[in-house]
Amino acid sequence: MSFPLLTATAAVPAIGAIATAAVPAARRTAAKWLALLFSLATLVLAAVVAVRFEAGAKGPFQLTESHSWIRDFGVRYELGVDGIAVALIALTALLIPFVILAGWHDADPLEAPAPNRRWRPTQGFFALILAVEAMVVISFEATDVFLFYLFFEAMLIPMYFLIGGFGDRAGADGEERSAKLRSQAAVKFLLYNLAGGLIMLAAVIGLYAATADQLGSGTFSLTEIVQARADGKLELGTGTERLLFLGFFFAFAVKAPLWPLHTWLPGAMGESTAPVAVLITAVVDKVGTFAMLRFCLQLFPEASSWATPVILVLALISILYGALLAVGQRDIKRLVAYASISHFGFIIMGIFAMTSQGQGGATLYMVNHGISTAALMLVAGFLISRRGSRLIADYGGVQKVAPVLAGTFLVGGLATLSLPGLAPFVSEFLVLVGTFSRYPAVGIVATVGIVLAALYVLVLYQRTMTGPVKAEVRTMPDLKARELAVVAPLIALLLFLGVYPKPLTDLVNPAVDHTLSVVDRHDPRPDVAVKADAEAAK
Amino acid sequence: MENLIALLVAAPLAGAALLLCGGRRLDRAGHWIGTLLALGSFALAVPLFTELLGRDAEHRTLHQHLFSWIPVGGFQADVAFQLDQLSMTFVLLITGVGSLIHIYSIGYMEHDERRRRFFGYLNLFLAAMLLLVLADNYLLLYVGWEGVGLASYLLIGFWQHKPSAATAAKKAFLVNRVGDVGLSIAIMLMFTTFGTFAFGPVLGAAGETSEGKLTAIGVMLLLAACGKSAQVPLQSWLGDAMEGPTPVSALIHAATMVTAGVYLITRSGAIFNGAPDAQTAVVVVGAVTLLFGAIVGCAKDDIKKALAGSTMSQIGYMILAAGLGPIGYAFAIMHLVTHGFFKAGLFLGAGSVMHGMNDEVDMRRYGGLRKYMPVTFITFGLGYLAIIGFPGLSGFFSKDKIIEAAFAKGGTEGWILGGAALLGAAITAFYMTRVMLMTFFGEERWRKAPTPSPAEPSVEPAAETRGEYTPPHPHESPRSMTIPMILLAVGSVFAGGLFSINEAFVTWLEPVTSVDHGHPPLSASAITTATIVVMVLGVGLACLQYGRKPVPAVAPRGSLLTRAARRDLLQDDFNHVVLVRGGGELTRALVQLDHSVVDGAVNGTAASMGGLSGRLRQAQNGFARSYAVQMLGGAAVLIAVTLLMRGV
Amino acid sequence: MNPVNYLYLAALLFTIGAAGVLIRRNAIVVFMCIELMLNACNLAFVVFSRMHGNLDGQIIAFFTMVVAAAEVVVGLAIIVSIFRTRHTASVDDASLMKL
Repeated sequence: MSFPLLTATAAVPAIGAIATAAVPAARRTAAKWLALLFSLATLVLAAVVAVRFEAGAKGPFQLTESHSWIRDFGVRYELGVDGIAVALIALTALLIPFVILAGWHDADPLEAPAPNRRWRPTQGFFALILAVEAMVVISFEATDVFLFYLFFEAMLIPMYFLIGGFGDRAGADGEERSAKLRSQAAVKFLLYNLAGGLIMLAAVIGLYAATADQLGSGTFSLTEIVQARADGKLELGTGTERLLFLGFFFAFAVKAPLWPLHTWLPGAMGESTAPVAVLITAVVDKVGTFAMLRFCLQLFPEASSWATPVILVLALISILYGALLAVGQRDIKRLVAYASISHFGFIIMGIFAMTSQGQGGATLYMVNHGISTAALMLVAGFLISRRGSRLIADYGGVQKVAPVLAGTFLVGGLATLSLPGLAPFVSEFLVLVGTFSRYPAVGIVATVGIVLAALYVLVLYQRTMTGPVKAEVRTMPDLKARELAVVAPLIALLLFLGVYPKPLTDLVNPAVDHTLSVVDRHDPRPDVAVKADAEAAK
Repeated sequence: MENLIALLVAAPLAGAALLLCGGRRLDRAGHWIGTLLALGSFALAVPLFTELLGRDAEHRTLHQHLFSWIPVGGFQADVAFQLDQLSMTFVLLITGVGSLIHIYSIGYMEHDERRRRFFGYLNLFLAAMLLLVLADNYLLLYVGWEGVGLASYLLIGFWQHKPSAATAAKKAFLVNRVGDVGLSIAIMLMFTTFGTFAFGPVLGAAGETSEGKLTAIGVMLLLAACGKSAQVPLQSWLGDAMEGPTPVSALIHAATMVTAGVYLITRSGAIFNGAPDAQTAVVVVGAVTLLFGAIVGCAKDDIKKALAGSTMSQIGYMILAAGLGPIGYAFAIMHLVTHGFFKAGLFLGAGSVMHGMNDEVDMRRYGGLRKYMPVTFITFGLGYLAIIGFPGLSGFFSKDKIIEAAFAKGGTEGWILGGAALLGAAITAFYMTRVMLMTFFGEERWRKAPTPSPAEPSVEPAAETRGEYTPPHPHESPRSMTIPMILLAVGSVFAGGLFSINEAFVTWLEPVTSVDHGHPPLSASAITTATIVVMVLGVGLACLQYGRKPVPAVAPRGSLLTRAARRDLLQDDFNHVVLVRGGGELTRALVQLDHSVVDGAVNGTAASMGGLSGRLRQAQNGFARSYAVQMLGGAAVLIAVTLLMRGV
Repeated sequence: MNPVNYLYLAALLFTIGAAGVLIRRNAIVVFMCIELMLNACNLAFVVFSRMHGNLDGQIIAFFTMVVAAAEVVVGLAIIVSIFRTRHTASVDDASLMKL
């Protein structure tokens, strides 16, 4: 038997979580280094996965592992990756070390711990981050619907504690009030996502019942179900398929988040610390959009086509609505959150445009948005930690006292507004082109989002970084070495993927083609070629 | 030889990277590195130019394919360059004028502690601009297109501590973004129509698709050009962009970046040729802007803003010419090059004046400066003669051709366009003479303390108004600043004549743009005479108003038109009311909506759940006997249901 | 004799027990009524066992008795301790079942 590489990639951070949690209370620094070490080990494994993966090889999934798990219900421990999953696993494994490094001091207890106290917030913080990583990675790997569902839901638990348990050091309204707001945000996050998950559970059970009914033995295996549907062995009625699709889609749309199911995100991102906010939007939310591609489209191709018009409109609303609300925010982190809602609108639009450019662009968008938001949000976090305020109005003239901080903030912002030359441009343009080639009106309206993105980014930059230096920021120190070590690689990556995204597109293209062939949609041909064909036919 | 093309872009790009990431260590050498790399790019351009000259006209196109950029399905974007006559012209202009302005900036920015960064941004601009003109497909052009927008943003807002500069920078980027939307939609249309967006295939296949599609693409390209080239209705950013350091105004907002729209339209000639409606839109925009800019230029007292109005107007000429089709393309580019020389020279002259006058920009505080700044006066004067089209100088040759081409459009259209162009020439002569007289002639108004002006509340009352006033000491600028000015003045004088020998310039561009002479309803000499006459009229009128009478140090109230022109013909007021305030209301309303309706629905669900559970909780009163009743009732219901189900 | 009659008896006993639980306040009486209900159930089990001709019902009856005995032990102990602290055995005085 070959080495279970995918299991190892998920198991290493899981072991790391346990190990970190077990570090004694007094050895906080050791816990941090341990967590960083495990996250780096995961990164190495993810790199091995990416190298071992052969883009364009036969079969939808590679590096597969399959073991029987709960035999009576046909639940299997089935793992496998396609190009999209590899890209997202790589993104996750890449971002976690930066998240850990950026949150190095975020969970230090305020006072020195009493000798015998079992209170270990630092250990807990880093253990929870690793736990989230493990669950996210296995969600990307799972090809068994039940296994996926299990971890899709389970990751809410560590996220809940990360949001509710750790906040920014000082709030304008005092510690008590911010703790209350924080716990409200955490509860909202948990309940909202649980509600989505519950509806999905019903759909999962419904799917199982259908397979048990028609295939003899029930199964949750994605590959088996897709195969059975292609062979005509499994016939879902139109109504059933649409209901099941909606059940799945609802959960993913909450997670993604799609308008109007987005309201948990600004609170959760605003109240948690910057690294946790990055974890939410750059890593955990990606599971939602990823699952749309992998499960919604592949399990229910016809229902996906049926729902496309409505979803495209919702995505369009997300794009414009998120951007407009970002313009109106007074809180830096909430602004980034609304900007993310706008970007998730682009991702969902690209997925449901059902063209190779749209879906390839959407996948790239997931990766690029992860990196760009991480860069912007982490720098924003460094800024906030210096001044102890999230309000934009409390800043001004920062670039004069901290030029490197301002410069990196600007680059993060420019990535967010998809400036050509930086990675997000590639994906955003692909999504727009992909959408435009099938639904021109939608594509044109979505381009308005480009202008709005420039507006909220530049307004944010102008109000915080330029103008006369405010008294409170006069002594603000510039980025420290640790902080620069977080931001510089992210920016380098943004530049690299903006100039040379080919490695990523080569990875993703075959997977997208496979998905499109399952859905049975083909790219529209250009007018001139169509005309030439018609003439040739004559 | 082809392999040198990438180096053209790479040299300034490397400079930008080095200077922006290099840190304080490079502070002392930064400006030299930046200037050397700009010169290096120019030095690379020259052998490429001679190489092209050495070939016969049909084979003067070089290609360099670097790597495949975004390959997804049928969408194949490459990083590849194309150097033909049109690109070569731009490359020489950009690197040449760019190098001169780098040299000028060494002196101009000498006392700025962030000079290294300034040169980094300038190099970034050069790289992006070269990418724009060298790209062999529209998507790569788009990268350069937004790249110059970014450089422009950074440079306009270079003095970020001034809120006005930061706002102007933001405004420029945003208005440009609106234009960029046009470009991206045009690229998407090209992709769905032709399956590609590389110049060769798209322009080659333009004839194979419907006119409607071509018109749509053309109009979208025009929108992009309007944003970048400050044409009506997206012109409002250019005046504010003068907040940037003067070398920036000269390089980006006069000589190169703002002419990118003309490049785009000329480059896409094949598309416009097939879409007469789009062409009409282009000439209308050009004609309206050339008058708009000229009128604004007449009313501004800020020397840079007056020149900005002039830039707008001159680019209007170019856009007009480009919209005329093959009769105009070559002249649009020719005017672009000559304009690059004289307008850059004028701006550098303005910068030199400001340098000697403690950064004063109000022309009403100038006067009689020719004695103190002879070199500036002469170079500025030559630029002035060139722009008003004084016979024999550059502007005369290029502008006259455009007016001829406008008449050659034929029919009523031709008369209207030609008339507008002539009128524009008259106004140009008027406002440029005004600038010249107010700055270099007349009373030395700067000797007296300024009086606060009620008409222009935007002018901040200087600190000196309260204490005793120390007049500035006008002086000539250092040699690093005057030499570029002299070189540009030489270009302003001779370039036009040189290009017109045997129509050398038109012949050079012909393979790219194709040339058609058209049939003007008047003879060429008649038009030339008319041009000279209106020019003399404009100059004369300005002399009457500003030369004979003393210029008031405080702007008079002026007519309704003057007041409107001072406020950019109320464009900004419109923007403010409709976009800024309207948009603000919209976002506030949406924030409220999100909070109370969208999130309210969620919170409402949660609250009603809470209320319901509160109600249910009361049933749990803790008394054993009430529990017993509930149990009994429950059991009874269960049994009843079971029996009923059985019965059914 | 018709075994159904025993079922009627069981039902009667159960009703008496249930009514007692609901009406009486004295904890001891309530407790006895519960026992009465349990025994009514036992009777019904045994009757069913007889009617169906197998031993399942009787076995369950034995289980019930064992459970009932255990419950009596715990229940009486609780009643006694409540009586000690409150000097009353009325079930309506104490709402101890909620926090």
